[in-house]
Amino acid sequence: MESDKKLIGRSELEKLFSQWQSQGTRILAPKKNNDTIDFALVTTLAEVSLDQVQTVQSAKTSVFPRVEELFSFTSRDGRVVIRERDRNALPATVLFGVRPCDAAAFAALKAIFTWDSPDDLFSARMEKMTVIAVSCARADAYCFCTSVGGGPGATAGSDMLLTETGPGEYLAEIVSEKGLMAVGETSGLRPCPANVNKEAHLAKLEPAFAREKVAPALARLFDDAAFWAEQSLRCLGCGACAYVCPTCACFDIQDEGGGSGQRLRCWDSCGFGLFTLHTSGHNPRPVQSQRWRQRLMHKFAYMPERQQVLGCVGCGRCSRACPVDMNILEHVRSITEAKP
Amino acid sequence: MSDFKPRIVAFVCNWCTYAGADLTGTSRMKYSPQVTIIRFPCTGRIDFMLLLKAFANGADGIIVSGCHPNDCHYSSGNFHARRRWIVFRALLDFLGIDVRRVQFSWVSAAEGAKWAQLVNATSESIRQLGPFSGFHRLRGLGVE
Amino acid sequence: METLANIARELLAAGTVQTVIGYGHGSGEAALTRTHTQTQARAVFIRDVAKAGSLIFDASCQQNLAVYLMKPEVRRLGKAALVATPAALRTILQLAAENQVSDHDLLALAVNGQGEVALLATLAAIEAHVAALDNDLKPGEIAELQKYAALDLEQRRQFWEEQFSRCLKCYACRGACPLCYCSRCTVECNQPQWIPVPAHDLGNLEWNVMRAMHLAGRCVNCGDCSRACPVGIPLHLLNQKLISEVLDNFDSRSGMAAKADNAMSTFKPDDPEDFIR
Repeated sequence: MESDKKLIGRSELEKLFSQWQSQGTRILAPKKNNDTIDFALVTTLAEVSLDQVQTVQSAKTSVFPRVEELFSFTSRDGRVVIRERDRNALPATVLFGVRPCDAAAFAALKAIFTWDSPDDLFSARMEKMTVIAVSCARADAYCFCTSVGGGPGATAGSDMLLTETGPGEYLAEIVSEKGLMAVGETSGLRPCPANVNKEAHLAKLEPAFAREKVAPALARLFDDAAFWAEQSLRCLGCGACAYVCPTCACFDIQDEGGGSGQRLRCWDSCGFGLFTLHTSGHNPRPVQSQRWRQRLMHKFAYMPERQQVLGCVGCGRCSRACPVDMNILEHVRSITEAKP
Repeated sequence: MSDFKPRIVAFVCNWCTYAGADLTGTSRMKYSPQVTIIRFPCTGRIDFMLLLKAFANGADGIIVSGCHPNDCHYSSGNFHARRRWIVFRALLDFLGIDVRRVQFSWVSAAEGAKWAQLVNATSESIRQLGPFSGFHRLRGLGVE
Repeated sequence: METLANIARELLAAGTVQTVIGYGHGSGEAALTRTHTQTQARAVFIRDVAKAGSLIFDASCQQNLAVYLMKPEVRRLGKAALVATPAALRTILQLAAENQVSDHDLLALAVNGQGEVALLATLAAIEAHVAALDNDLKPGEIAELQKYAALDLEQRRQFWEEQFSRCLKCYACRGACPLCYCSRCTVECNQPQWIPVPAHDLGNLEWNVMRAMHLAGRCVNCGDCSRACPVGIPLHLLNQKLISEVLDNFDSRSGMAAKADNAMSTFKPDDPEDFIR
């Protein structure tokens, strides 16, 4: 649908929150808890924190939780009875206050979870979720959305995008039917005057590398073991980068509970040595440099090639979370600049 | 609470406490039937993780028992275990897990009566503490 | 910082070491979403005399670089000179006591808050240097432990339940810890699955208890576990608690000598046992 532009004040937003509440829709939004800001269930706008550049964790938990039950099973007299998860019982969700990079990341997640055989649990969660993003007025040194096709005011992946144009005053771009539904019959939305300049309220972020150069450079460098070893010498092989990443979607399957229990899906990371370890004892990626290479190849070469979408939205979380300052922007830039 | 029957898991060594518990039986001494005995070669072999597993799988209380100091079949297993439990108890307490739910003891092969007394006393104290539901519900998913 | 660079140049030029593991400038501004100390410096591996000038040492150089002594790719570079904070020096001794490093593997460039550098060519020299330092928990650290001890049991349980509920099981604490060097960690033992893989309440509790227990009597209090945690769980408190217990009960400190028994793999006949019936 054509984007519908309105002006909306904080008090109208508050009304929206209570409207969603009364419909039984859960609201996920950035919330301050002690010293960290992360997505959590909220009931009012007052609980939402919007001043940070980014939350620590990404919004992928809303559709790809770190642990979820796929089905439960009971075993009696040699017979196993499987109880499928009730898709209808999944809660309707408004994801409020994500950044445009996080909203864009849903396209990458969708590409993975609907590739080949569609994942209906993921799809059901996606379908029941409305994404209301808030533009970035600030960026930090780790942000690089403009280098990977996004932007501080990009609407891709959002159902509605809010841009703060003045204190407590927002430009609301309603870009989908879901966005329209989320606004509903709320009064107080005003037509957007022609002189509202969205760009003036957005962070300025110059692209840091040419993204069309990344995949060819990666293909050229694939066998250059020394290059990858050099890149990843200080990498500790933990999963912090993958777990805060909005597009990393690798998971492990675990059965818990013995004879009767649950089959669970939980996050996994290609950075772990165990990730590719075969039962035979052979590990095709035995050293960390190969695992680091895999991380970059997957995001910047394999996904664009197979799913026509980049596996990176430039949110910079992995660089912020890395205990040893592996900075993905710097690494990708050096890949594009490596001498053939 | 009065009809609550605690589930107690006893981790015992083969050479002293297990033989002691055997003596309790052959001496026709009765003791609380709520205890499930698991026999180990030595208290030194009992990993702290096994205690957590017992709690996670429904135990309300735990007994860990082996040979008295200087009586270990392997000479020092119980001394090593003692150090482990000193540190483990401190950690549990720091994490807010009630250490009264874990009773450590030395019971020799000759102490059948002490075993009966230990199990009965532990059963009673765990019964008073009630079910360890705070730990048992950790088995739920918790997140999502 | 000229001295550090000069020493590095001499060591590399003379072929005494093949690499200098030190600190260089990290990337940019402190992250805005993280409030615990953000390391601005990063580890660098200097193998070329011409690059020795990029070594720095300032207050942001907190990472315990001894973690790299156990990394296969780094070990392959040859003998290393390690820019070592006091905690890293103790880590080296602890690793030596656990037969993981020897005099052939490394020498240490001990640095302190005043910017002084001491070249410690042997484990014996490191021992002498460490012996002169204050290696116990700082008064502030003890006060913090006492603050939690003063809470009642249920308050402590709630505190840790909330903390662990944020754990992602990313194992950054393990990766950052120089003493978590097992080639196969307990969490990777999966036949049967020893620690639940999912980051749910039980999996997180078991993982964190296991991590703390396996470091009992070994942890040197470098604090890298807490600094590495992306969600800011104060993991160091668990380690500090056990450091104080090991000291009080067994009169033992980790990382003081290159040949020493681990507190948890030895015993005294008269260890306390007032809790044993």
